[in-house]
Amino acid sequence: MADVLTFTDRGIYCPAGDFHIDPWQPVERALITHGHSDHARPGMGRYLATTGTAPVMRHRLGEITLDTINYGEDRQIGNAKVSFHPAGHVPGSAQIRVEVKGEVWVVSGDYKTVADGLSEPFEPVKCHAFITECTFGLPIFKWTPQDILTEQINNWWATNAAAGRTSILGAYALGKAQRLLATVNPDIGPILTHGAIENTNEVLRNQGITLPQTTYATADITAKTHPGALVLATPSALGTTWTRRFGPASTAFASGWMALRGVRRRRAADRGFIVSDHADWDGLNDAIRATGATKIFATHGYTSVFQRWLTEQGYDAHVVSTDYHGESLDNSEESEA
Amino acid sequence: MKDFATLFTRIDESTKTTVKTAALADYFRTADPSDKLWTIALFTGRRPKRTITATRLREWAAEVAGLPDWLFEESYSIVGDLAETIALVLPPAEHDDDQSLTYWINTIKTLSTLAEEDRKAGILKAWNSLPTTQRFLFTKLLTGGFRIGVSAKLITRALAQTTGQPEPELTHKLMGSWTPDTATWETLIEADDPTADLSRPYPFYLAYQLDSLDDLGPPADWNAERKWDGIRGQLIIRGGEHHLWSRGEDLMTDRFPELSTLKDYLPDGTVIDGEILAFADEKPLSFNALQKRIGRKTVPKKLLTEAPVILMAYDLLEHQGQDIRQAPLAERRNTLASLINQTPDETPIRLSEAVDFATWKDLAQARDQSRDIGAEGLMLKRLDSPYLSGRKRGDWWKWKIDPLTIDAVMIYAQAGHGRRANLFTDYTFAVRQGNDLVPFTKAYSGLTDAEFREITAWVRKNTLQRFGPVRQVPPTHVFEIAFEGIQASPRHKSGVALRFPRMLRWRKDKPVDEANTLDDLKEMLATYG
Repeated sequence: MADVLTFTDRGIYCPAGDFHIDPWQPVERALITHGHSDHARPGMGRYLATTGTAPVMRHRLGEITLDTINYGEDRQIGNAKVSFHPAGHVPGSAQIRVEVKGEVWVVSGDYKTVADGLSEPFEPVKCHAFITECTFGLPIFKWTPQDILTEQINNWWATNAAAGRTSILGAYALGKAQRLLATVNPDIGPILTHGAIENTNEVLRNQGITLPQTTYATADITAKTHPGALVLATPSALGTTWTRRFGPASTAFASGWMALRGVRRRRAADRGFIVSDHADWDGLNDAIRATGATKIFATHGYTSVFQRWLTEQGYDAHVVSTDYHGESLDNSEESEA
Repeated sequence: MKDFATLFTRIDESTKTTVKTAALADYFRTADPSDKLWTIALFTGRRPKRTITATRLREWAAEVAGLPDWLFEESYSIVGDLAETIALVLPPAEHDDDQSLTYWINTIKTLSTLAEEDRKAGILKAWNSLPTTQRFLFTKLLTGGFRIGVSAKLITRALAQTTGQPEPELTHKLMGSWTPDTATWETLIEADDPTADLSRPYPFYLAYQLDSLDDLGPPADWNAERKWDGIRGQLIIRGGEHHLWSRGEDLMTDRFPELSTLKDYLPDGTVIDGEILAFADEKPLSFNALQKRIGRKTVPKKLLTEAPVILMAYDLLEHQGQDIRQAPLAERRNTLASLINQTPDETPIRLSEAVDFATWKDLAQARDQSRDIGAEGLMLKRLDSPYLSGRKRGDWWKWKIDPLTIDAVMIYAQAGHGRRANLFTDYTFAVRQGNDLVPFTKAYSGLTDAEFREITAWVRKNTLQRFGPVRQVPPTHVFEIAFEGIQASPRHKSGVALRFPRMLRWRKDKPVDEANTLDDLKEMLATYG
């Protein structure tokens, strides 16, 4: 049987339907898992994405030819039947299921298996072949449970506020920032946002997602006007002059990489909260098991290690080379949550 | 151990010394005396004896976590710290009984008396009753030291805040060979006699690199000496015994047995700061010769004749049992010179001679000769300076010679670990030979974080081949490599080995065909090797 999907230098390709999934080179027809810039790129002839992803894509990519689809809705494209299913990564994010002559392959995009209180929770999809990310595909990565995380962040913020310090938290503009917003206790103090985050908040609010009240931190907003504030900033804005106006401050990063003491120390932030929109070790393994797939392709992250692990677990596992980045602390691109 | 874990987290989370000092001071005010003493011991490099090998710990952790050994190793190579890896991969603890730091250290000590099966049971039980941070710290106690970004300076500062004693005195009290088994909080910190322990060294005085001669004032105020490339050491002769300490507070007495004769020719109550040098025919041998002696606890006869050592004496800290560190340098050196003059010529000690100079220009010329006589540069010390403790600006300066440099091409990159877990930071460099590239050194340091990030992104996009963790990249980028010395080495393909290579700068302006050649490197070997 011919492969349902193949891996080309433009992206993941479906010959039966003549379309690409999350391509990194311009193609005629692109199916997009979610709005982060390493998955939804400009220059495609036409796009197909979920209704929840469409607003962010329009916001980021401008005038594009974009068709939308609901979760679980079947769409016939050529000889392939496709459908989109929640990936739990960011609001609107999807795994893409492709069925050709009874053979089912699923492209996970980026995903996480724990509910973040904001994104549509991950749904396992039965398939023969599963194309998975493995950004955090090592057993050292185990995320802090959401309730403990919330408590940690609220305590940090409240302690700072009581000591007259601003709390500046670095998080990606799409997904991570809103997820944190949805979880913090807005009674502690005002919440200020960096421009890139506020723009994304606006897009998400317009599509009906409820977020606590935030104030765009324009130049006249300082520690004096908003004492005890929580400032949500993109990681690239931390440590720049932009943060100076907030006066004495405690800085923190929210990232899966914060699980590693060495990385925490390199970032030279005061705190590191272990939180990611990617699956941790147990999440990856549980997700793969739940698909029932026997054939696994690892796209980005600790691919070779993860492949060997999966092979030892009895899977037919492969590494494919892609242009996706996963969660990078060192790239300032705000979209790579 | 909850309070110790809190202390550790507060220190570890912050980059601000004020926060770290406050955390330590809070702890010293509230913790149990025995825990406090252990904390000081751990943070100054004194740890309980290792009772279990790292290999066993890895096996047991992998077993409990249900991981194959290779996957544990892969994880370890990313994390860069065994105790942290273990703490991360283990399943969550099922119990949480808060015992003291001393309790866990005693537990570890008891383990050494048990059979292996019982040791394993003891450790697994501990892992299963400690939350992640405490589990990390407990495992750290089993595996190694606590390098956690707390200097002895911060500890003494915090102790000074809590006890009201002056910092230099506390620094002195914490030096030497004490352990929590030989000392108590009372005898070590509260008691007021830092010389109670005869082997206790004085804190070393360290210099910063000189920025500019302009601020030094008249040359006549200064003493200049050669900066020798050996091992800084402090020789203590008290109570008929001698002790030799390294700057890192390692006791090196037995490694350099030839220095034991010094106690026969120098009076009791003498403490000398100097440099241990491999030395023959009144000339220092290369650092390479000394290197053979480092790390050897017992020295074979052959090596003693091949690489005999002396103490090149810089300064006198104690004379006739009196601490003379407050006396001016000129006076201390005079006394030192007269002590050394009284010893027979074959005694393995020399005075580090003053370099004659009338003007700064003279001195700059003297500095230019450093490499020819096997020195690293010059030391400048104000003639009226006291012997301070720690690294201080003003009275002492080191004026090192510029390193040797060569422009080389990056051909392999490897991800770092620990602090650099997700960055490519370890590179292999080559020089040109005709159309070929010959690898000759690795280097890890010298670039900014921003440069490492830029190269990491480039490596990810331009990998030609992978060999395990190593990526081969196209020869594109040229770096200026700085190093302190060059030696012939049959073990290396290029035939040379460099001392302390690092990246001086990324030569974005240089194409690969302008990088240096193997012939250039061999010429440097002929000149400086």
